Amino acid sequence: MTETWRKFSKSTRINTITVGIIILIYVLCQIMISAGMMSYLMKGLLMQFCYYGILAVSLNLTVGILGELSLGHAGFMCIGAFTSAFFSKYMVDIIKNTFLRFSLAIIIGAVSAAVFGVIIGVVVLRVRGDYLAIVTLAFGEIVKNVINALHIGFDSRGFHIALEAGKLELLEGGRMIIDGSQGIIGTPRDSTFTIGVIFLILTYIIIANLINSRSGRAIMAIRDNRIAAESVGIDITKFKILAFTISATLAGVAGVIYSHNITTLESSKFGYNMSIMILVFVVLGGIGNIRGSMIAAVILTLLPEYLRFLKNYRMLIYAVVLIVMMIFNWSPACINWRKEHSIKGAVCRLTKKISKTKKEA
Amino acid sequence: MRKRLFGLLLVCCMVVLSLAACKKANDEKFYIGGIGPLTEGAAVYGTHVYWGAQIAVDEINEAGGINGALIEFKFEDDVHDPEKAVNAYNSLKDWGMKILMGTVTTKPCIAVAEETKADNMFQLTPSGSSPDCIKYDNAFQVCFTDPNQGSASAKYIGEKGLASKIAVIYNSSDSYSSGIYETFAKEAENQPFEIVAAEAFTDDNKSDFSVQLQKAKEAGAELVFLPIYAQEASLLLTQAEARDYKPIFFGCDGLDGILTIENFDTSLAEGVMLLTPFAADATDEKTQSFVKKFKDAHGEIPNQFAADAYDAIYIIKAAIEKAGVKPDMSISDMCDKLVKVMTEISVDGLTGAGMTWEATGEVNKAPMAVVIKDGTYVSAE
Repeated sequence: MTETWRKFSKSTRINTITVGIIILIYVLCQIMISAGMMSYLMKGLLMQFCYYGILAVSLNLTVGILGELSLGHAGFMCIGAFTSAFFSKYMVDIIKNTFLRFSLAIIIGAVSAAVFGVIIGVVVLRVRGDYLAIVTLAFGEIVKNVINALHIGFDSRGFHIALEAGKLELLEGGRMIIDGSQGIIGTPRDSTFTIGVIFLILTYIIIANLINSRSGRAIMAIRDNRIAAESVGIDITKFKILAFTISATLAGVAGVIYSHNITTLESSKFGYNMSIMILVFVVLGGIGNIRGSMIAAVILTLLPEYLRFLKNYRMLIYAVVLIVMMIFNWSPACINWRKEHSIKGAVCRLTKKISKTKKEA
Repeated sequence: MRKRLFGLLLVCCMVVLSLAACKKANDEKFYIGGIGPLTEGAAVYGTHVYWGAQIAVDEINEAGGINGALIEFKFEDDVHDPEKAVNAYNSLKDWGMKILMGTVTTKPCIAVAEETKADNMFQLTPSGSSPDCIKYDNAFQVCFTDPNQGSASAKYIGEKGLASKIAVIYNSSDSYSSGIYETFAKEAENQPFEIVAAEAFTDDNKSDFSVQLQKAKEAGAELVFLPIYAQEASLLLTQAEARDYKPIFFGCDGLDGILTIENFDTSLAEGVMLLTPFAADATDEKTQSFVKKFKDAHGEIPNQFAADAYDAIYIIKAAIEKAGVKPDMSISDMCDKLVKVMTEISVDGLTGAGMTWEATGEVNKAPMAVVIKDGTYVSAE
């Protein structure tokens, strides 16, 4: 058993462990739910862990692997959320099969986010560093504001689009789907915890495999030294757009799960606050550390809920905890301290001591 | 490895904590929960709802409770965000909530209505004003719906002949504001005044209103209709004063609370009219005792939201008494009984006498306009 385990490459082992942990937690949760042991709050939060986890992992591809700071990640989520919710709301009476409808919704959400990923990528990736951050920030705001102004409805004559509510002029029996700032109300609640976990695992596998593939190494080479990468013949634009698009697509999927988990969808939710929050997940979990970003997403989603007993001081304490966690995770002094006091190190020292005494004996 | 262990440990701790938080509800008290924004932009509404409801709960408990059973009341923050509101709802359910008095703001209310529908829990929103908040049978409103507010404002302005040229400044990225504007514009076609300017702003640039005010002024508007929230209105009034533009400002219940905005010179709000069912200066005994208690406890004058919440608790009390509901009933049984009697009861509250309800969840009460005079709300009649 250990022999075959050792035969796998290190990355395969790490990935198997991570997926195993996710599945284990999932099974545990399911057991607790069926035994009635789980609180309602936790039940509601499980879905949020999934989509914030997906978002954090997907942004880690852009920030950690590609090495470009993107501040418009919520924009892609917004596109995925709105296109899929639009589809589901329109189709709710036509396709009765939830599984089929939701599968199509996910595909639509992912594809439209991907299309925007390519379009934005081509334009945006011409600039680098701080400039890229600003351009992506602008993109996120554009998406948010455009959707905020959109009014789309349909009646017997077909679809109507207007930028002002009064100009839509729907016939009798017509329905409003996207209603400007009121967004989409009444999306069918198709996403479940199981689907969320499946996509979280899928996202993890996609990104983990990409990193260990030829493309992944090329992307990391671009991050580490652009000129060197170019001189060995790596097509920089191609790989940048590849990474950016995959990242956008997965954010779109997270958006689909989000929009089908809550019945009201408004574009104002997807502002730069959201983008920054996802970036915080990534930075706290470790730039380039995929498993870390998932854990960070879970902890930072849980934290404000569990600090509810602090009433209005909640967000203050949340901020303090965030700073403490950042320092604990990333300050060199703390890293050294953790190395000295780690469980693994203690176990190692203990076993070494034992083997030493054995040898002496 | 270590980091992962640490992370896992933290997650485990929190899961265990969540289990520990699970408490069996007491069967001798009525567990009523409230949800609303206590922090960030919309906090003024949530806070007043919380305080107002708390006063009603204390009064009822002092008088011996409902049919001998006391009320246990808990209020959770939702930061005016649907996702957080659902979390707050779930955490209240863990606490043992059986009746929901909330939520305060519209968008979160729609999301939570979906949850109460699934659990078949009785929901009474003090101020969630969209018709979508009450689209299910189990939800009722204490305030007017947005469409009603818009058309009622237009009718009021038309009937009283307040102005002939009107400008509207509204927040196009906010569903409350644009909802009222739409019905206002529709009703305005039937009224003897004309909308000469309709200027929009969004959440992203709600601090500078110079362009909108300039346009309203150039169009010669005698009255500016502001279906917006108090925070923005306070800035707008300050800027209007700076450019010496003094039309009548007319708003809806969102303007309520403008006098308690921090760092706002309340003298600027003199003469502002708003359509709201509650005036803190009313001379009836009920209002005066409520305002006094509120002021003593929190040092502020209650706005309409506080009064709505105060009424909401008494409406729940009236419904419980009429239906003969016991605290040990299940959430769903309680809801069925309460929904049945909601169309039969009539409640005299702070925000209207003889309030009755339609089966749709809408309330019937007369709208009233108040005007701000000497730093307080005075009835405009």
